Amino acid sequence: MVRMSGARALVEALKREGVEVIFGIPGGAILPVYDVLYDSDIKHILMRHEQCAAHAADGYARASGRVGVCMATSGPGATNLVTGIANAYMDSSPIIAITGQVPRAFIGKDAFQETDIIGITTPITKCNFQVRNAADIPKIVKTAFYIASTGRRGPVLIDLPRDTQLEEAEMNFDEKIELRGYKPTYDPHPLQVEKAVQLLIQAERPVIVAGGGVIASNACSELIALAETLLAPVATTLMGKGAIPEDHPLSLGMLGMHGTVAANYIVQDADVLLAVGMRFSDRSTGNIRAFCPNGKIIHVDIDSSEIGKNIKPHIPIVADAKKALQAIHSHLIEKFKRKERSTWLSRVQELKKIHEEMIKSEGDGIKPPALMAEIRRLLPNDAIVTTEVGQNQMWAALYLKTYKPRTFISSGGLGTMGFGFPAAIGAKVACPNVPVVDIAGDGSFIMTEQDLASSVAWKIPVIVVVLNNSVLGMVAQWQRLFYRRRYSAVDLKGIPDFVKLAEAYGAQGFRAQSIEEFRAAFKEALNSDVTTVIDVPISSEENVMPMVPPGNSLKDIMLS
Amino acid sequence: MAMEGKKEDIYMISAIVEHKPGVLYSVSNMFRRRGFNIESISVGESEQPDLARMTITIKGDEDTVEQVVKQLKKLISVVKVSILDPKNTVSRELALIKVNTPDARIRSDVINYTEIFKGHVVDVAHESLIIEITGDTDKINAFIELMRPFGIREIARTGIAALPRGMRSTRME
Repeated sequence: MVRMSGARALVEALKREGVEVIFGIPGGAILPVYDVLYDSDIKHILMRHEQCAAHAADGYARASGRVGVCMATSGPGATNLVTGIANAYMDSSPIIAITGQVPRAFIGKDAFQETDIIGITTPITKCNFQVRNAADIPKIVKTAFYIASTGRRGPVLIDLPRDTQLEEAEMNFDEKIELRGYKPTYDPHPLQVEKAVQLLIQAERPVIVAGGGVIASNACSELIALAETLLAPVATTLMGKGAIPEDHPLSLGMLGMHGTVAANYIVQDADVLLAVGMRFSDRSTGNIRAFCPNGKIIHVDIDSSEIGKNIKPHIPIVADAKKALQAIHSHLIEKFKRKERSTWLSRVQELKKIHEEMIKSEGDGIKPPALMAEIRRLLPNDAIVTTEVGQNQMWAALYLKTYKPRTFISSGGLGTMGFGFPAAIGAKVACPNVPVVDIAGDGSFIMTEQDLASSVAWKIPVIVVVLNNSVLGMVAQWQRLFYRRRYSAVDLKGIPDFVKLAEAYGAQGFRAQSIEEFRAAFKEALNSDVTTVIDVPISSEENVMPMVPPGNSLKDIMLS
Repeated sequence: MAMEGKKEDIYMISAIVEHKPGVLYSVSNMFRRRGFNIESISVGESEQPDLARMTITIKGDEDTVEQVVKQLKKLISVVKVSILDPKNTVSRELALIKVNTPDARIRSDVINYTEIFKGHVVDVAHESLIIEITGDTDKINAFIELMRPFGIREIARTGIAALPRGMRSTRME
């Protein structure tokens, strides 16, 4: 037991959890904590908007596999974190959000900068805590990190009334945590594994769909091993991109609304579908009633509430992806006799060729698919790519191949415009030795560009490639395709000159009108120690293709 | 998986939860957020001092109830969830009913009915009585219907509390 203030106990507890960096913005109700941080060796990165602090913590978590930490004051500081917390919740990203709160005696009195952040974040956190006594802080921090980083990962919020930060108490940092209502299931049930193995052995056309859970549980080598044994092609969800190298012969790319032809057709034709660490989101399945119509589905997920939520599997397995894949593989090898699948696998290769054809550009100006392929050629395999949301995101998902897990970071579930840039900052802090590139659109980048200031000030050099079409591109695409070209509120008149904008912040700005100009600018950016924004004007008439119109089955796919 | 067109039933769920502030909020918020309809909910201390027992009745099909149970289990402050089998469950609700009794004849009728239903008169005023009645939901509904012609002023119902019979248990071991 050591006597200290609540604020000191918080920082000490964070250090014990191995926290090296906090993304945040101070304010009145969190001042005592910032006073302790002043001489702590935990690095605090001052962001310019709390939403960016949360996204940066999220990007840090996804790139590193560790817990990211963000911090804000009460009231507006806390509510500005909300989008970032919701984003992390939807994509199961482990972050800890720490908020200041008005003193205990003022709670419920509508005091200055008071907000009910516990009430607000209850549905978008795995769990949240309001500190009632300073002495509870070490245990709360330990519990928060444990919950955030285990089971299905996700955000946890700790709300600290200002007076609990100042209160002195005897602190016990070694107290054991006990959570009677939280016991994640990691090991798959052997009987279920056996059933899954039987199905997979009999399958003529087995297909695997890998989601974000495969990456979260570091199960990529197990996934690839099983796929290679079975000769089963692997499609990924957006969140699963990187679970298998996308140049692997069995990789189909992403499935879904903007899935590849190969992924969508092969998944629909599967007779046994092994879905791992994914949740059958509407963006992945298309019309759920027409999804994989003749296939038996094995669903592996660590969150039992995902099983049966959107689709009823034939064989449910509640388990950690890595443990389940290991168990299935080791049982399967004993009995499995390799089947003749050459006809089917050559169909896979044929369908994959359609995708490669779509990268070839025709006409004037820079075509986004070709640009994505060019960026891939210019980047080392371990470079990290983040995206904003919209057309830029889908072009990146489709045409910028990912070779390693945790190197493609995108807002999947919530679809948060403005995510990619602060997430890139967080990823760069986690992995300072690899290039980090945000594939952005002009509409998205404008939502969080103010953090060019923090990336310059903290010398966190990232590269932002702005696909600049002067419209809200994905909305415009839907209006073009489904609303008779009635372009309602998508014209981004008044978007700034991004080269000058970058320069105004002390960052570097380039404009590229051709692939050659882009190549030169990008190479310069890669060698630069300051953040670079490359403005790439593209046509506002470009559509992201392929596309499955909403409500259709995955095979009803438009190619142009 | 078609969610519509399935047979809907009333299900009783017993949940052992941590007895601390905010738990009822997180449970009811989850029900609202996921679009599950609560018919009745009652909460009170359990046999263990730091745990409370919630009895929740919901209307839905089998798949919905399965989701409800899983979503409840997912909440960190929920410790144990059981679906109660109506055949092997004792369920009781308590209602307080204030009935108009303008004259002696009506008063005596109301008291008679109360006795038949094994209820109690717990408050007597010149022109009204408060009756306490316990039982399963059907019994209470039947009694309320019986009282309606006399003129009911107010009703307060607790919602259902339920326990499985015999050695079956919803207890947290």
